[in-house]
Formats: sequence, structure tokens, C-alpha cells
Amino acid sequence: MRRRRIALWTAAIVAYAFLYLPLVIVVVYSFNDSRLNAEWVGFTLDWYRKLLENDEMIAAAGNSLLIALVASLVSTALGTMAGVAMHRYRLRLLPVLVLAPIAIPEILMGVALLIFFVLLNFTLGLVSVALAHIAFCIGFVAIVVRARLAGMDESLIEAARDCGATPWQAFVRVTLPLIMPGVAAGALMAFTLSIDDFVISFFTAGAGTVTLPLQIYSMIKIAVTPEVNAVSTLLMLLTLVLIVVAARISPSLLRTR
Amino acid sequence: MDAHRPVSWRKWAVGGPPLAYLVVFFAIPTLIMAAASFRSPGEFGGLAPLVGEDGSLDITLESYVRLVEGTVYLEVFVKSIAYALVTTLACLALAYPLAVLIAQSPRKYRDLMLLLVILPFWSNFLIRIYAWMIILGPNAALAKAINGVRAVFGAEPVSLLFSSFAVLVCLVYVHLPFMVLPLYANLEKHDRALLDAAQDLGANAWRRFWRITFPLSLPGVYAGAALVFIPALGIFAIPDILGGPNDTLIGNLIKQQFLETRDWPFGSVLSIVLTVAALALAGLAAWIGRRGSAEVARA
Amino acid sequence: MALLEIQGVTRRFGDFAAVDDVSLAVESGEFFTLLGPSGCGKTTLLRMIAGFDLPDAGRIVLDGRDLAASPPERRPVRTVFQSYALFPHMTVEGNVAFPLQMAGVPASGMAAKIAGALEDVRLTGFGKRMPHELSGGQRQRVALARALVTHPTVLLLDEPLAALDAKLREEMQIELINLQKEVGITFVYVTHDQTEALALSHRIAVMNRGRVEQLDEPSRIYGQPATRFVADFIGQCNLLSGPVLDCSGGVASLDVDGVGVIRAAAPAAVARGARGTVALRPEKIRIAASVPAGSPDNHVRGTVADLLYMGDVTVYKVGTERGARLEALLANSQSGRAQFFEVGDAVEMSWAVDAGHYLAE
Repeated sequence: MRRRRIALWTAAIVAYAFLYLPLVIVVVYSFNDSRLNAEWVGFTLDWYRKLLENDEMIAAAGNSLLIALVASLVSTALGTMAGVAMHRYRLRLLPVLVLAPIAIPEILMGVALLIFFVLLNFTLGLVSVALAHIAFCIGFVAIVVRARLAGMDESLIEAARDCGATPWQAFVRVTLPLIMPGVAAGALMAFTLSIDDFVISFFTAGAGTVTLPLQIYSMIKIAVTPEVNAVSTLLMLLTLVLIVVAARISPSLLRTR
Repeated sequence: MDAHRPVSWRKWAVGGPPLAYLVVFFAIPTLIMAAASFRSPGEFGGLAPLVGEDGSLDITLESYVRLVEGTVYLEVFVKSIAYALVTTLACLALAYPLAVLIAQSPRKYRDLMLLLVILPFWSNFLIRIYAWMIILGPNAALAKAINGVRAVFGAEPVSLLFSSFAVLVCLVYVHLPFMVLPLYANLEKHDRALLDAAQDLGANAWRRFWRITFPLSLPGVYAGAALVFIPALGIFAIPDILGGPNDTLIGNLIKQQFLETRDWPFGSVLSIVLTVAALALAGLAAWIGRRGSAEVARA
Repeated sequence: MALLEIQGVTRRFGDFAAVDDVSLAVESGEFFTLLGPSGCGKTTLLRMIAGFDLPDAGRIVLDGRDLAASPPERRPVRTVFQSYALFPHMTVEGNVAFPLQMAGVPASGMAAKIAGALEDVRLTGFGKRMPHELSGGQRQRVALARALVTHPTVLLLDEPLAALDAKLREEMQIELINLQKEVGITFVYVTHDQTEALALSHRIAVMNRGRVEQLDEPSRIYGQPATRFVADFIGQCNLLSGPVLDCSGGVASLDVDGVGVIRAAAPAAVARGARGTVALRPEKIRIAASVPAGSPDNHVRGTVADLLYMGDVTVYKVGTERGARLEALLANSQSGRAQFFEVGDAVEMSWAVDAGHYLAE
């Protein structure tokens, strides 16, 4: 019994170390006073300073934030509607279309949208990336919202109607406040997914538009510099904050993916 | 829930907008891509005109033929499936003890332990790949140590980076949380009394695991396998960044067709075959999983 | 004319008729109960009155107005849900205010009405609490206050006490009776608990398989069940069936398998040779070592097969010499109780001719 627990803990610690060591190294080296990511030389904030002077990087970050903001707002609205519709009505096509973008390899959606936009003569850029992000974020929001609805006592809506509320009043006064944590968590999740997305952006951004992940990609394809460490650290910090906030709002969120 | 049928206008008012959006920006693009796979590539990329100068319709199986003609592309497919399989098995081996431990931990620690598994997943995909560039880099401690040992035996130094090894390690790293979650969700539901009963009936720890815990966890194993296998099969960024010249997988091939050689029909064929293969193999796993759990239920 | 009339109402789910051609009338000011096992259609009927479901056939008429075209929010009825369905994101006051807000009651008059409703259910001072801070009984009362604050014509209660423990349930039963008297609103109450139905109701409709088996006052439901189902469902009952040998002077003789010939009060119209059933409550049977000869009562010999000591009473299951089984009940408090029997004891059971209730088949 004791030996088995020690074995389990050893295996678990190895797994956790495997998960965190790479990320820790990135963070640590972002403060390292050396161009080589090889050994610790000394503490510096130079890489962060250089980051702030890097206009391309700032522009890419601005693009990413803009896309993520628009994509999360629109996909939260549409995803909430989809979640409510899937919970309440029998729609055959909707669940398939909501879940398929999550279930298939990401690259398929990227190339399909690339063909679509080019054939329509739609200029690839911020708008095409945002449209693509909305399409794959809808599903994640819908799942969280539907889970929230499934956990809600159906008789609450009947009680509202019984008390004299019209279907719309019942939705606004009872359903919406009760699913709000799910909606908010879904919005944060959509924001995170959008700001982190690489594959779909890679195909739909076109030549002229760069998001933060695309910028990181081109930097590490050319040369590994500690500047990448710094931007990675900042991005991880942002994601961490978003996820912790989302998890506080809706603890079940962490199990939906 | 609403007795006052008909409610169909309400149904479409709520479900209509997301449905319309997904039809336009997901279903139609996917169908267009499927159609593109039966066309010829255009002279300057994209597609050839649907009606040619001589009035003939451009509908062809050429790209599909090209896929199966030589062995080059089939080899890439086999290699991709092999990489995805190895990744799945390695994830299973790493995730299983972890999932067991979390499921057996006191309830108040479980959420934190799970959160720690999921958090890295939420950090940027490229950053997680990039981290391995640092760890496996030629100047990093790991490579120096390995090559130091090799030098003692007179062997040539090797590069850890830009190798199949790097690709596989990173594939496992990126997909590990997908395996832990469904395994945990399954293990958490197990009735402890079953293990107590087995012990009471004389089974030792080893037998208790293989006769009780593992068979009951099979649905979780298959769910995790599907969640790891599908994305692993379509990956292109990891071999693109960490792989060597021999590490071209389907994803890289697809990327090439669209962004370099600009052969849309062939790229579409590859994408369709990739998706069908991924879903078919995942479906197979789910089917085996269901049959497996039905057998367990019968036994 | 009755306040609420159910006229030939049917509701089908696929092939299954949950409510099958039910007609009944509820009088104004009545405490009316729909009683039956789960799946008998009582809740479906209640939901149709509330407007959450619509009949496939028949009409529901309230105060002379057909309700068919009215959605739930436009019906002057309120429901107390089994789960209470208190809005978890609103305070007690918020919950009680909700129907007033929906009715467009001006804010100036709202506070007094809320206070009044909370006082009616003895929850004065709980207005600022959230539902999750209340006990089960308190939530129950908030649900009542919310339903009563707009003075509905009819209050529908769907197993409202099912989630409470036994002691609290009894308290709430008494409170419900008093509350109904106080507010004078018609209650339509759904339950599967026969003792609750008997204790609370002015009239009870016993339902089975979507139909009403008997509609009567509680004492008649218990004492004079109309059908085997009612006799069996309401409390414990020995059902003695057999062909009628003779019927004269309001007394029928039946040849009951395993028991022998018994005599029971019966309506004059019972024909000789017809099959009849006598419903005999366990507490109507006396048990003794032997019955004095020449007694006019029915009597049958047997052996105690099982006994259940329940505290206040003891239940005896007695096997007759010819293989039937009867259940008898003896109150333990009975002063000078003759004897306490053990399993295996030979006993003689007896009951008066008018102790059983004759059911035609």
C-alpha cells in the first residue's frame, strides 16, 4: 500500500515537472542577461524594455487584442444563443455545426476558410481572422452555457411564467441572471482562445496582417532571442489572469474542455 | 417546456443567428473545399476555371489519383499516424498514474491538482513549442550532457533539436492534458467498494488494478485516446518548428499545398483524407470503447 | 356553478394517455386533492390547469372562462412547486415581489403587500435573506407567500411537502389547513401520500391510470372505497372476493376462497351468483384465542404467520387453515388488552357483519 502510493506520487511529480519545467524555463530566461538561452548569467529587464521598443511586436499585440475583443464579444452573443437553442429546442443541424469545429483537426477549418475568403475575393486581414475566430469560439461558449442551463431547475422558468412573466420577461429576469456566470466564463474563454490562436490565424491572416502568435512564429523560425521569452511570459501572465478569473466565475468551466 | 405550441418563430429567433453564422463560415467553406478537391489547380495557384476554353467542365479525380499513385504521400500518412499513435500511448502512460492519484486524493485537493494539469494547456501553443527549442537547444544542459557522455564512448555529437525525438516529446507535452481529463473523469466515478470487495476476495494490488480498475477505466482511455489522436494527427506547427527534414507530416504537406506550391485541389484532398482518417480512427476507438464497457458490464 | 371545471380532459404522450377523459368540478373555497400513485396523471392534470401543458381534448373552465387560449402568465392561478422553485438570485422579498412586479403593481403599494404575505406565512423579518440561507420549511413558506401575494383564484400545490421530513411535514400540514381557512383561496393539491390527503382535504379525487376512480370526502374514500384500487391504495385492506351465495335483508353471503363463507352488508341489488368483494380494514378485525360460540360475527381460525411490532400498534399476518392470508391490526394502547400473540399461535379472527364494505365487480 505504502509502496504503491510512493510510486504513484513519483509518477505524478514527473508528470507535473514535465508540464511545468518548460514554461518555468521560458519565464526564468526572460530575465536572463544573456543572448543565449543556455545558462543563467544575471538578472535583467532588458528584454522587456526591448519588447516595448519593438514596434512590430506592439502592432501585432494591438491586432491580437482587437481581434480577441471583437471575436469574444460576437461569439459570446452567438454562442449564448446557440447554447440556449440547443438546450431548449430540437434543432438537428445546430449541435453538429456547433461541435464540429471543436472535434475536427484545426487545420481543416483554417484551409477551408482560406479557400472561402480567397474565392469570394475577400481581402485577408484583421476582419477575416476575426470572422474565423468567431466561428470556432461559438462552440466553446455554447457548451459552457448549455452546461449551465442543464444544471438549472427547469421549474424556475415555469415559476416565473406562473407568477405572470411573459416568456421574454422570464428569460431576462430569471434565465439570464442564472446563466450569467457561464456566459461570462465563456466570454473569457473565447478571448483567451482567440488571442492564443495560431493555426487558424496562420491561414486566414494573409501576408500583411500579423497577430502576436504569428509574430512569435516568425521570430522563432528565424532566431531564438530572449525577447520571445519576454513576450511569452507576458502572454502567459495574461492568460493565467483570464483563466483564474473565469474559473472563479464558473468552477465547472475547467472541465468543459 | 412551453405548452403554447407553436413556438417555431422563437426557436429560429434564438437558434437562427448562430446557425446562419456557422453555415456561412464553417459548413459552406468546408463544402467548397470538398468541391475543390475535384478540380484542377489554376495556373497561378487557386483553381482552374470551372469551364475551360474548349468548353469542358473542370471536374477530375486527378488529385485523389495523385495521392495513391506513388508511395511518397502514403508514407507521410503512415508516418503521421505512427507519430500520433506513439504520442497517444506515451500520453496514456504518463497520464494514467497522475489521473489515479488525483482521483484518490482528498476532494479538496482535486480541483487544484486538476487545475495544475490544465493551466499549461491554456498558455500559448507556440510558447509551449518554443520552450522545447530552449530545452533541446544545442547549448542547453541536456544536449551538453548527452553529447558529453557520447564523447566518452567516442560517438559523434547529436542534435536533439530538429529531430523526430523533439517532435514526439513536444507532441506528448502539448496533448497530455487531453488524456488526463477524461481518465480522471472516469476514475473519479469508480466505486471504492469494488476494490475493497476484490481485496476481500483475495486479489492483490496488481490483480486489483488489472482486473478491476483498468477494465472499468477503458471508456476514459478511449475518450482520451480520441482527444489526443485527432489533433496530433493534424498538427503542423510542431514538426515545422522542431522537426528535421524527415519529419514532414500531413499537416506540413497541407500547409505546403496552400502556402507554397498553391495547389488547392491537392491540399483539399489531403485535408479531407486527414479529417476522414482522424474521425474514422476516433470513431473506431469509441466503438471499441463502448463494446469494451458493454463487455465489462456483462462480465 | 363550480369555480373550476375539468370537462372531459385527455392528454396523450404518444400512445400513452396520461390523463384519460377526466371530468371533475372544484367548488370555490374548497381544499381539493388529486391523490394517486406516481404516473397516475395527477401532476399532468395540475400542469394543464396551470397552463404548462395543454389538453389534447376537453376543456378547462375557470370562473366560466375557457382557459385554452391563456398562457400560464395570463391565468389567475398560482403554483407551489415541489422543488419550491424559488429564484436563487433574488432575496425572499425579491421572490415575493416578482408576481407583483409582473402584474404592474405600483412600487408604493408593494412593500405593504409583501409584508402582509410574509406575515401570513409567519416569515416576518426574513425578507432580506437569500433562499439558500433558509431551511426547507422556510423555503416552502416563501413559495406559499409568493404564490398567494397576488390573491389568485386558485392555488395549485404539487407535492409541496414531499421534500420535508416527517415531523416538519405534519407541522406544515396543520399550517396549510389554517392558511387555507384564513385566505379563503381554493386549493388544488397533488399528492401520492394518502394520509396527507385524508388529513388535509375537503374532497379527494383518487386517480389511477389517467382516470378518476373515486371522488369523495376523505371519510367516505377510506370507509367506503368505490373500487378495489381505491380500497387497496388507501391504507391497508383485506380484499375478500368470491361468488355471492345469497343476498337478503341487506346482507350478502360470499364464498371466499381460503376463508369460507362470510357475511357482509351489501346493497339490495346484489344478484345471487355475481362475484363480489368485501374490503375489510385490518383494524376492524379482532383477534382472540377463540370466539365465543353463537356470536353473530364472521369468524375464521388461523395461525399467526408474521407479526410486525410498530410501537403504537402490532400488525398480525394470519394464515387461515385453508391457505388464505389476512392482516389484522391491534392497538397496543388498548387497556386490558387480552393477549399478545406469537408467531405460530393458533388464533381466531372475528369481525362484525357491517365492518366490511361491499364492492361489486
